[in-house]
Amino acid sequence: MIPGQKQLSNLEELLEGVWKQNPVFVMVLGMCPTLAVSVSAMNAVSMGLATTFVLVGSTFLVSLLRNVIPKEVRIATYIVIIATFVTVVDYLIQAISLAVYDALGAFIQLIVVNCIILGRAEAHASKNPPLRSVLNALGMGAGFTVGLFALGGVREILGAGKLFGFSLFGPDFQPWVVMVLPPGGFFVLGAWLLLFNWLNSRKTDAAPAKPAEGHAHV
Amino acid sequence: MNPTPRIELRASPHVVRGNSVERIMFHVVLALLPIAAFSVWQYGLSALAMLVTVTLSCVATERLFNRLSGNPSTLTDWSATITGLILALTLPPAFPLWMAVVAGFTSIALGKALFGGIGCNVLNPALVGRAFVQAAFPVAITTWVPAFAPNRFSEFAPTTFTPPFMTPPDIGEWAKRAVDGFTGATPLARWKFENVLATPADFLTGAVTASAGETSAILILLCGAYLAIRKFMDWRIPVAVLASAALTAYVFQLVDPSRYPDPLFVLLSGGLMIGAVFMATDMATSPVTPRGVWIYGALIGVVTVMIRYFGGLTEGVMYAILIGNALAPLIDQVTQPRVFGQTREKAAMGKKA
Repeated sequence: MIPGQKQLSNLEELLEGVWKQNPVFVMVLGMCPTLAVSVSAMNAVSMGLATTFVLVGSTFLVSLLRNVIPKEVRIATYIVIIATFVTVVDYLIQAISLAVYDALGAFIQLIVVNCIILGRAEAHASKNPPLRSVLNALGMGAGFTVGLFALGGVREILGAGKLFGFSLFGPDFQPWVVMVLPPGGFFVLGAWLLLFNWLNSRKTDAAPAKPAEGHAHV
Repeated sequence: MNPTPRIELRASPHVVRGNSVERIMFHVVLALLPIAAFSVWQYGLSALAMLVTVTLSCVATERLFNRLSGNPSTLTDWSATITGLILALTLPPAFPLWMAVVAGFTSIALGKALFGGIGCNVLNPALVGRAFVQAAFPVAITTWVPAFAPNRFSEFAPTTFTPPFMTPPDIGEWAKRAVDGFTGATPLARWKFENVLATPADFLTGAVTASAGETSAILILLCGAYLAIRKFMDWRIPVAVLASAALTAYVFQLVDPSRYPDPLFVLLSGGLMIGAVFMATDMATSPVTPRGVWIYGALIGVVTVMIRYFGGLTEGVMYAILIGNALAPLIDQVTQPRVFGQTREKAAMGKKA
């Protein structure tokens, strides 16, 4: 807990990552998996859930061990903890659905270097008790999943005319090829960021007397 | 009673020629109209519907972003109209109208408004729009219709009124019925894949398969000359683009005449002419230094020929100009002229500091 900062209630802690500190739209963290796997809604949600699992598990463990881990080797320790959960989720997805596993490819293993997870472990779990860490991680994971779904949904609808594999417009739909290519990821992410910033600026414009809240643009 | 003599103090310039953004842009629109008219004569109703739709969607998008940003309308500076016309002239004549709207919206929204409007854009807005639809709808943007089809003023191409978000129907039957023996390939594609060269006469009369405004080489040069003479356009850019493209093509032909076409074919085919005259010369996205303009033009010409000869696509003008646009600020920076009276050594020192 940073001194001077207001203690958040448990609900606020949970909702922090969903909206105010959304990892995709506000903190703009974890962009590599966000842009790479958000080709379809299914991939996006699977990736979001896998990341959430690793996030919750590793922040819980880091928070439990926060007084035991020596400061000097904390990053290495966090990475070992995160890698353990990534291995679990890697085998888990392989067991549940081989199709999803093939679609996500190396990005499942790359969860280990996702900066949202290391960031949460370092900035939150190492300073907070387990319950609060898990609540925060759940919120962040949900926010990440929502963000990925927002990208994957739009890209799948425009790029294939489908959502979760169900055809929305019939067989005559003209796919926007660019949307399933890497540039499409940037276009859609840019559009969502634009929308979020616009909504935020409208809110701050509406209440100019209130001092601006600390935006954590990382 | 004598009025008190008024003394006005103000900074230079004290004598202005009366050129304004509005005036220059209006003359560019005038210069584009003959090309658009030729395109309509060549391709008929479909081209007319496409030209009008693209231009209107560009203007409407400009207005929408004016409203969103709370700024006064910038429609009167004609720049959105120019973007629309140029974009329409680079699209296939029978391009589905709903895709044309997507192209128009993207060009103004992504290419211009997001950067801050006129003068702030990094890339040519029309080409941003075209690059987007090229990547999004690769089949539709390479579906061509025959020029001078006898039924061009009585019926639309079947693709024109494709319902929004739907795949355009196959145009082969219709085109073959309209013009016997129509192959549906541009001269560049026929050269690349079938090794068949179109003659200069085909290009000059416009009897080739191409984007709406690409074929009228003489008309484009005349309109460009008008703009250059009125000093609304930097003549060095088209000259540099065309000269460097011709020179590059000439060198290749010297090396292997059986494989590479003659420079005249390179100049007349595809969008090189309209690209050099109307797109590379966009004031906001081209360099301003005298030497930089030549480098910029030469770069576009060389890259165009390279993409045509060695790239996967048949046409490279669009990407060549976009690359040139992206490099324009850098070219400006390295070609800064010496300040009058400054010695070479001093200028070098100033640059380092």
